[in-house]
Amino acid sequence: MNLWKQYLCPKNVSDALHALTSAPPPVSIIAGGTDLMLDLQQGHRAPVHTLVDVTDVSEMKALEIRGDELYVGAAVPINRVVASPLVQEHAQALVEAGSLIGGPQVRNVATLGGNVAHALPAADGMIALVALDARAVVANPDGERRVPLLDLFLGPGKSALQPDELLVGFCLPLRAPHQASAFERIMRTQGVALPILNLALWLARDDDRIADVRIAVGPFGPTPRRALAAEDVLRGQPLTGAVLAQALDALLGEARFRTSAYRATADYRRHLAGVLLQDVLQTAWQRAE
Amino acid sequence: MNEGMLAACRHEEAFYRGTMERQPQISLTVNGQLYQLPAVPGETLADLLRKRLRLTGTKIGCNEAECGACTVVVDGEPVLSCTYPAQRADGKTVLTIEGLAERGDEGVKLHPLQEAFVEHGAVQCGFCIPGQIMTSHALLQRNPEPSSDEIRRALKDTLCRCAGYPSIESAIQAAAHTLRTGEPLPPPDVKESGDGHRVIGHSHIRPDAIQKVTGEAIFTDDLVFEGMLHARVKRAGVPHAILRKLDVEQARALPGVVAVLTAEDLPGVHNHGLIVPDWPIMVGVGERVRYVGDALAIVAAESEAAAAAALDLMTAEFEELPVVSNPVQARRPDAPVLHESGNLLKHIKVRKGDLEAGFAAADVILEHTFHTPTTDHAFLEPECSVAVPTEDGRMEVYVGSQIPYSDRQQVADALGWPHERVHIVGQLMGGGFGGKEDIAGQIHAALLANATGRPVKLLFDRHESLIVHPKRHATRIRVKLGATKDGRLTAVETELYGDSGAYASLGEKVMGRATTHSVGPYEIPDARSDCYAMYTNNPPAGAFRGFGVTQSAFAVESMMDMLAETLDMDPVALRRKNALRIGSTTSTGQELRESVGLLECIDKVEAEVRRLIKQDEASHRPQGGPDSVQSIFAPRPVPGAPHKRRAWGFSAAFKNTGLGGGADDKAGAEVHLFPDGKLEVRTSSAELGQGLVTVLQMIVAEELGAPLSQVNVLVMDTDLTPDGGPTTASRQTYVTGNAARLAAQSLRQAIASTLAEKYDQPPEQIIFADGTVRVGGRSLPLAEVYAAMHSEGRQSYAVYEYRAPATKPLGQGGDMHFAFAFAAQAAEVEVNTLTGEVRVLRIVAANDVGQAVNPLGLKGQIEGGVMMGLGNALTEQFIVEDGYVVTDRLARYRIPSIVQTPEIIPIVVEHPTSEGPYGAKGIGEIVSIPTTPAITNAIYNAVGVRVDSLPVDQEKILQAIKA
Repeated sequence: MNLWKQYLCPKNVSDALHALTSAPPPVSIIAGGTDLMLDLQQGHRAPVHTLVDVTDVSEMKALEIRGDELYVGAAVPINRVVASPLVQEHAQALVEAGSLIGGPQVRNVATLGGNVAHALPAADGMIALVALDARAVVANPDGERRVPLLDLFLGPGKSALQPDELLVGFCLPLRAPHQASAFERIMRTQGVALPILNLALWLARDDDRIADVRIAVGPFGPTPRRALAAEDVLRGQPLTGAVLAQALDALLGEARFRTSAYRATADYRRHLAGVLLQDVLQTAWQRAE
Repeated sequence: MNEGMLAACRHEEAFYRGTMERQPQISLTVNGQLYQLPAVPGETLADLLRKRLRLTGTKIGCNEAECGACTVVVDGEPVLSCTYPAQRADGKTVLTIEGLAERGDEGVKLHPLQEAFVEHGAVQCGFCIPGQIMTSHALLQRNPEPSSDEIRRALKDTLCRCAGYPSIESAIQAAAHTLRTGEPLPPPDVKESGDGHRVIGHSHIRPDAIQKVTGEAIFTDDLVFEGMLHARVKRAGVPHAILRKLDVEQARALPGVVAVLTAEDLPGVHNHGLIVPDWPIMVGVGERVRYVGDALAIVAAESEAAAAAALDLMTAEFEELPVVSNPVQARRPDAPVLHESGNLLKHIKVRKGDLEAGFAAADVILEHTFHTPTTDHAFLEPECSVAVPTEDGRMEVYVGSQIPYSDRQQVADALGWPHERVHIVGQLMGGGFGGKEDIAGQIHAALLANATGRPVKLLFDRHESLIVHPKRHATRIRVKLGATKDGRLTAVETELYGDSGAYASLGEKVMGRATTHSVGPYEIPDARSDCYAMYTNNPPAGAFRGFGVTQSAFAVESMMDMLAETLDMDPVALRRKNALRIGSTTSTGQELRESVGLLECIDKVEAEVRRLIKQDEASHRPQGGPDSVQSIFAPRPVPGAPHKRRAWGFSAAFKNTGLGGGADDKAGAEVHLFPDGKLEVRTSSAELGQGLVTVLQMIVAEELGAPLSQVNVLVMDTDLTPDGGPTTASRQTYVTGNAARLAAQSLRQAIASTLAEKYDQPPEQIIFADGTVRVGGRSLPLAEVYAAMHSEGRQSYAVYEYRAPATKPLGQGGDMHFAFAFAAQAAEVEVNTLTGEVRVLRIVAANDVGQAVNPLGLKGQIEGGVMMGLGNALTEQFIVEDGYVVTDRLARYRIPSIVQTPEIIPIVVEHPTSEGPYGAKGIGEIVSIPTTPAITNAIYNAVGVRVDSLPVDQEKILQAIKA
């Protein structure tokens, strides 16, 4: 049985949406395809009739400043995201996360859209986007809407995107002076290529105080969430050992770390959360000077 | 056609009328040539390249975007063609390995990268090389002067299991230099062996290297025959059961299916096996399934898709039985019994002296139990066989196999034919490491070819390869050491449990070697070892580079460091004190009379570590000033990273060369002289990337005074080459090397006596040099020598069957092996005390190889062996849960990448063995054995955590640090 029968390469959003709704079903969007192809090849997903390849949709390939936002098309390959001077300037956490996604060959085709649409709880790119307060631009036959990224996740591997919807791109606030972001992750040398834990953090610094902060940790629970309680602890505080310890307590209080077989115990994740929080916070703090 | 399908068709039609796509076409440029092709549904770029354009240089190692072998460059960027939809390449420009060299009127001019990979010895089995070169090519296009770090980042996911990563890196640096400057290629950094031979001891490139860098090298899956069918195997999928019902009728009826065979259709024997025929070719109804990979039925179809679809239409019913999941459980009296002979495959015993007296003489007694996991060879080329029935009623089987004559026998027995009716035609092998000794698809392919009268290809995908073929034995090893206060070992007792899995394979031999080496390379007056090689419901375990000694060395070398600490003694001094040397007697009662280079290995590694530490101190100026009185094993802080600690660790090892234990260890070789003056050496011995073909070519060139280019090597063909025996036990350089040497010498004598007579000269004054024979002032090219032989009616070839020195079975004392290789290694690790993560920074590896035959090839073997040892320590764990394989994809079974590659400092020690060719002994395994304990001992020295269960688990390290 062929994994797909028909392969379409629309050039613009309306053609892509038309394909999604009118092509013989089942229809699936393919961007980089680095996960989707494996799912099809390994039988985790039934063969489809139509693949709609969105990597040539102009709106989804764009990467530019639009007004007071950085726009990153959902189908821009990760290697270009990472190499972009705009992303390097405005979204350092995304650069750091992106350069750890897959391997070099995978990054040449994999996309941020795919990273988010798969709705995994610890996808590196997605975690960075959450900390950077990205909004998703979602198109459907009725028009376009902007969605806070976290609203896209219903459960592990379950996205809120509808079958007739297209994740077109991401809008990120531009970085102002004394703002910075950072990302780190810890892996295991054996077994699946999923992080044990990753953490992305954005902060605004007001001299020796943390004026504002956003923290995303993966996996934090069944769906991505921000560490809001830890953020509350840090907001308005100087970066001291005591504040850090309090923030970590708050983070551990709200996290739902679990044990994954052959990867990490919940205890190890709790410990690493402290290591990562301190490291990433320190890095972002220095960058925001 | 039913209503629903009709509606779907109408829908489809309407869609095509209304939208952009009509008759889909792909237009793409491949290697400068424009192709217009109809789009094929579901096709990947790899399939388009390999199957439609027949550009088979692009390899499929995993088909799951993990290994990088399928890398091609699309619009300047390296991508994985196995997961790249072909239609996405529409309008794009693709460069594959075949497009890299310039093909002009005066032949092929290699790209500097290709040339560098050849010259630097970066090519071994060659299967990953197209991917390596294409990835590197894209890197150099955008970064003409990459740093080591940049190379490692770019090649992170382009795996090489021969693991010559340092050579790959130096090749890329060399090519980059040449591309930037136009200067000639910088040569590799390899020390030649200074022994006075003309050819032996000097570096030479592989005879197959050029084909392997141009993509022309053909591996089994690259073969296509007229009318060829595609086969698949229905696997049991349950670990322990009685097969109650099997229905294959629907599969038989599927269009495109040509044959489905079950156990009922077997024309010959029902079982196969290298030593014990206990492995069902297919499990029949009413028979026992013993592991998830057991075959129930085989299918041949017109397409791969039809064969795959047929599997889904077969149904099996099982009476499931309780699962035996480990060897300790298997030995319990109440364990389910898996074979008629019971669950005990073999109880192996070693006895020396009086153990009680030995322990009574000890001041210190230590005892500890270690665990090692199952691991997989993960050779990058999955198993593939093509069986082709011939017009004269024979069966050809094209396959990369480590034991072609055993394949012939097992295939013939399965067909119920005389052995000679089967012809194994050996193919290039994309790595073996012991994993291509057991027969895999050869029998199934041949049965289907016989049933259909058509060629049949059976290719395993990575998933099937991981589930089916025999692995490295998981073990539990208890070691008890007794020693005097001054560090003299008085007694050692070991007890081993080996998980041999569902079938015998080479389990008895592997665990035998584990046991006889379990006391380490030390002289011990009183020793006792007991090993229980057990059947379980796990995938079978068999040969894997190191052959059991990898496991037992981890246990005993950890113990030696524990003993050194207990005695407050330097670990190197402790080893030196007890090391085997000439005059020592091993635990099996073998007196060593020559070629024991262990002490020199130990000394050289220690000296090198000292030198490196001094060098570091000079360049770092650590706080507190120089402190050279400290032990070389003292932990050291990392400047600027207070949470990291570094330390060195040490280990030593020995490993037999050859089968030993009383086996008749022989190999045949022929050397032919042809009318055009070319020479050819023939033997069935296997080339799996390790470099035997280079060694044989060099030996014949040495003996007959010919240039290497004049010597062809033909291996692995049961019609054309004499039996070289199994390629296992690090034996081929020694055994087949000797056969080739003696055959060449015998041809040389025949030539000398013919020419002596013809020209009336004394034979001893006839000189073989520069591809000519000098006789009485004349200098005859070999073509003329052939003519002279021919006109005299003399045979222009010589055959030699070499028999290695006789050995004794275990338990009889005397020489159990005719040679041993020795090694010492030191590893430097860095442990992150906040996360438990471990990184290996440097490895110093000294190996007593007797005589380095080809230093360039030896360097590759050392690098690859060290990396395999590093994987064994840090990354590899084949997980089976109650008989079900968890690590059934390469994404779940991690082999080391270039990113994890430490600096590897090879040291070659040469204590020749008198019978070995030019003094050489085996090196394939010894290079890998000491790495794991050197790493775990270093971890202990860095953070005080003793790893007694592999692989190293960063979470456990952290827990222990915090405890």
